[in-house]
Amino acid sequence: MDPIQSLIKDLADQYGRKRESLLPVMQRVVQKEKYLSEYSMIEIAREMDIPAAEVFGTATFYSFLETKPAGKYIIRVCKTITCAMKGKNQLLFAIQDMLKIKIGETTPDKKFTLLETNCLGWCHKAPAMLINDDVYTEVTPERIREILTGYMKENN
Amino acid sequence: MAYSYQLKRVDFIFRNENDWEKVLSATIKKKPDEIINELISSELKGRGGAGFPTGLKWKLTAESKTKEKYVICNADEGEPGTFKDREILSKVPYKVLTAMAVCGYVTGAKEGFIYLRGEYKFLEEELNKAIDEFQYYCQEINLDFKIKIFMGSGAYICGEETALMESMEGRRGEPRNKPPFPTQAGYRGKPTVINNVETLVHTWTIFKYGAKKFYDLGVQYSRGTKLFSVSGDTPKPGIYELELGMSLQDFVYEFGDGDTKAVQVGGASGFLVPRKKFKDTAIGYEGKLVGISLPTGGSMMLFNSSRSMFNVLDNYLEFFREESCGQCTPCRVGCQQLLLGIKAVKRGEKPASYLDKLLKLTETMQLTAKCGLGQSVANSFSSIVENFREEMIY
Repeated sequence: MDPIQSLIKDLADQYGRKRESLLPVMQRVVQKEKYLSEYSMIEIAREMDIPAAEVFGTATFYSFLETKPAGKYIIRVCKTITCAMKGKNQLLFAIQDMLKIKIGETTPDKKFTLLETNCLGWCHKAPAMLINDDVYTEVTPERIREILTGYMKENN
Repeated sequence: MAYSYQLKRVDFIFRNENDWEKVLSATIKKKPDEIINELISSELKGRGGAGFPTGLKWKLTAESKTKEKYVICNADEGEPGTFKDREILSKVPYKVLTAMAVCGYVTGAKEGFIYLRGEYKFLEEELNKAIDEFQYYCQEINLDFKIKIFMGSGAYICGEETALMESMEGRRGEPRNKPPFPTQAGYRGKPTVINNVETLVHTWTIFKYGAKKFYDLGVQYSRGTKLFSVSGDTPKPGIYELELGMSLQDFVYEFGDGDTKAVQVGGASGFLVPRKKFKDTAIGYEGKLVGISLPTGGSMMLFNSSRSMFNVLDNYLEFFREESCGQCTPCRVGCQQLLLGIKAVKRGEKPASYLDKLLKLTETMQLTAKCGLGQSVANSFSSIVENFREEMIY
């Protein structure tokens, strides 16, 4: 069994093979693999006995279930109204300038993926962003450079 | 000029109380009927925005003869400008858990879920600790009720109660037709009480202090307090608990920056109120005798005169276009066309009268869309286009 197969089998053992377990299983695969490959989705379908098209349809509905390869750290910058008013664009420019990628792209070393997302629920501390599950609020272009430098240094 | 100033700050929700064990054990000594009557007489209405009477919801579910029932706490707080539920779950989770357990006791449900949005995953660990401690006490007092967290994965529409249940069942978060309502056929087709996080905390207040204490706050038809998430052009953004029924003028007087041009009440799916209507607008549920009453899930976004209302509407429409589940045509195509339409008018490719056509389209969406998302796009669209028409054109 290859690593993905055994990961999926373990998850199905843990959560059960009911349809209700599909989201938790996919979430854990994304947590580990950063995205759901076609292969992972077919394996989930086989292991849980759900049509592959249903797995694909469900996965692609949810914006946090990536179906394209993504980097180790997914940066999601909030683009909804208050963050847009409070400097989201400057924040995005600073990130793009530093990582040399555009929105939707991943750095060549597969470390960072840059995305925009809808309201994160931090409008009183805008602009806000997520790096994986960690929240950063009131992020200025200066602060984002510090934050990203921290991630870059980490265990290359 | 003398100004009669009427905002009433209250502190119930975040009041730090360490007596949840006592509140829980005292409440479940009462008969379920008694608890339901208490809730009904408090006139508590759902705080997620829709405003359904909470006591009635519990009663309908309690009356069902089906054995398998569920309690769900809706923590899929996705409406732009709302962030109160996150604060509740991180500061006073025990109040939420206690209320869920009491709801289980009243309705006969043995299982409860907190549907937590993916954006709030950082809360999961602490919340699970609180749940463990809570469950330990439930065992001690022989209360058979289990609570689990179900994580969302980034979809605004899953805050719609039936979409949320579809999502929990492992499917695309596409809203169901209503009826049947969740009180009859909810999660797994079984009777389900689904309440907003804040609603549950208000039931705690009612259990502890009695229905009268709650009822005495607020105004007729809009009883009790409400958390407001204040953001935008304000010197003091944050979360505030206020009595319902205040006038928007008073609100702006307290929270505005002196140059407030408009307030968006109820998030992107709510209404934009321009300055000239502040004093005729009250914040509360429908039924007030004079002026306009606007309900809100608590999102209050202030805009000052430096903001372009075109940009605001453009931002909302992009939001809706992305978050529409795509299931029904009026909403899927409608959101796309509205966005294309206002851009075309702005660029001068379409005449100004095209805005009226778009307004008609929102009316159609309001009548024909399957769920609240598609139906409520008309709220912000018409209130912005009608009040700031020139900003849409030039």
